[in-house]
Amino acid sequence: MIELRDVKKAFNQGQHNEVWALSGISLGIEAKRVTALRGPSGSGKTTLLTLIGCLARPTSGRVTLHGRDISGLPERFLTEIRRKTFGFVFQQFNLVKGLSAIENVMLPAYPTGRPHRELAQRAEALLERLRLAHRRDARAEWLSGGEQQRVAIARALINDPEVLVADEPTANLDTALAKEFMAILESFGAEGRTVILTSHDPLVTESAVVGRLVDMRDGLLVEHHE
Amino acid sequence: MKSWIEKQRHLIDFTLSSLLRRRGRNLGLLVVYSLLVFVLASAMLYSHALRREAAVILEGAPEVVLQRLVAGRHDLIPPGYIDKIGQMRGVQDIRGRLWGYYYDSVVKANYTFMVPADGSVAKGALVVGPALARQRGLEANTGVSFRAYSGELRSFIIADVLPQASEIASADLILINEDDFRAFFNYPAGHYTDVALTVANAKEVRNVANKLSKLLPDSRPILREEMQRTYASLFDWREGIMLALLSAAILAFAILAWEKASGLSADEKREIGILKAIGWETGDVIRMKLWEGGLISLTAFLLGFVAAYVHVFKFGAPLFAPVLKGWAVLYPRFDLVPVIDGLQVATLFFFTVFPYMAAVLVPIWRAAVTDPDAVMRS
Repeated sequence: MIELRDVKKAFNQGQHNEVWALSGISLGIEAKRVTALRGPSGSGKTTLLTLIGCLARPTSGRVTLHGRDISGLPERFLTEIRRKTFGFVFQQFNLVKGLSAIENVMLPAYPTGRPHRELAQRAEALLERLRLAHRRDARAEWLSGGEQQRVAIARALINDPEVLVADEPTANLDTALAKEFMAILESFGAEGRTVILTSHDPLVTESAVVGRLVDMRDGLLVEHHE
Repeated sequence: MKSWIEKQRHLIDFTLSSLLRRRGRNLGLLVVYSLLVFVLASAMLYSHALRREAAVILEGAPEVVLQRLVAGRHDLIPPGYIDKIGQMRGVQDIRGRLWGYYYDSVVKANYTFMVPADGSVAKGALVVGPALARQRGLEANTGVSFRAYSGELRSFIIADVLPQASEIASADLILINEDDFRAFFNYPAGHYTDVALTVANAKEVRNVANKLSKLLPDSRPILREEMQRTYASLFDWREGIMLALLSAAILAFAILAWEKASGLSADEKREIGILKAIGWETGDVIRMKLWEGGLISLTAFLLGFVAAYVHVFKFGAPLFAPVLKGWAVLYPRFDLVPVIDGLQVATLFFFTVFPYMAAVLVPIWRAAVTDPDAVMRS
């Protein structure tokens, strides 16, 4: 589904503080599986995730989605692919403060121009599924960590994306909440949804839900576990 | 098309909720901005209304007024002058006018006594302006006394009070019978204050004025268009002086508004990053912020303009009137007829709303074009 060929990514290229986050990654990601990128801090997991999720473009190399080269696309097209294909769950959840849970969930769908009623119904169904219906009108900053994450997951699913991308999803959760997240992940796996996540939490990486584990270090792949 | 409308609706919804979320900041901005528009609009509306008022008065004025000068000072028109001019080509009508000023020590005000052209005021009667009637508590059929130049007290009956329509012209006016005027001021018989000439062809006015200068070298012809220009430049000058005096305050307000509008808080930058990461295009973010800026600036413009309108036309511009009106030229108390010039409103709109939109747009554009992956690293 997603293919990366000799992908490199540099930050501040040509300046004194130039950093190569990825030094040549070639990787194929299959659809309908949970793939986890594992590695220590600074190994390039998050950078790789941003390239896969069309949040950034590689400095060199190619990224293809369903056989289509997306590494050189202008930002506008990249945004459209990102909106339609990927749903994101960020490490800090990144909900918009001051907005209610349901408003946060609906946010990625605003640029699609779908009718408000349809959006609200879908958002409510997602919150219901994630057992957050009773918190629909609570402001983002009033929610607990676990609730914030579930709102972030619902937000990631509002446009019904093919791929769910999650960056260190359990980093800010205690064990009970992390287990709860894994249960949600399991349901996605059962649905046949493609999930790509980064983590160095054994609770995630050693879980049976994860179909494939990709190890990284210093911007390179170490080994693949099937 | 339907989805485009729906998308704009979503953007506006989000914009409104954004405005409400930053209530304090946006309210402060709205107040400062409205004040700025209020000051500028007040000055504009007031000066424009004064200019128009002056134009209305001068519309009814004769094309040429002839004054006689002695050593550069205005003197009376002696007998025989009118007959001399009467034979001039192009002059349709010629009329000697009688008018003068009178200081009323009772209310400490100056009045203008004038003999109407149609001689409509009967002997012993007066028709008075509305401001004067207010000050002296006069109405039709009441009596009033003034001390004549001979020193004796003369009594008159008020025949009528002039209408309010253009109070600026008639506020301090007293219409009087010619015989009464001459007797009251000890005005010599056959003399006039000045001569009013009506010229049928507007293109001939300057020729007539040149001929008058040659025929009566001790006199000076004053053209209506010159008076109109003088009034216009006088009010322009006053408006300019007032704006110059206020420029420091206006500048301070403008800088404050600019800074408030153009400074993006860390929260706002973070929010833009999130929106981009979850699938909003740069254009969507900019459009949303434009809606935000547009709503604030339009609301401020409307509030400021309406407040200025009420300030000028309802309350007589108490804040700026002393500078703009001037005591020497116009009578201090009068109500302006509300008038709005579309071009002026458009100019004000252009110079207040557009800079604001520019102030908003530049930092938003900068924030909106940052890579969406930045939010992953925050």
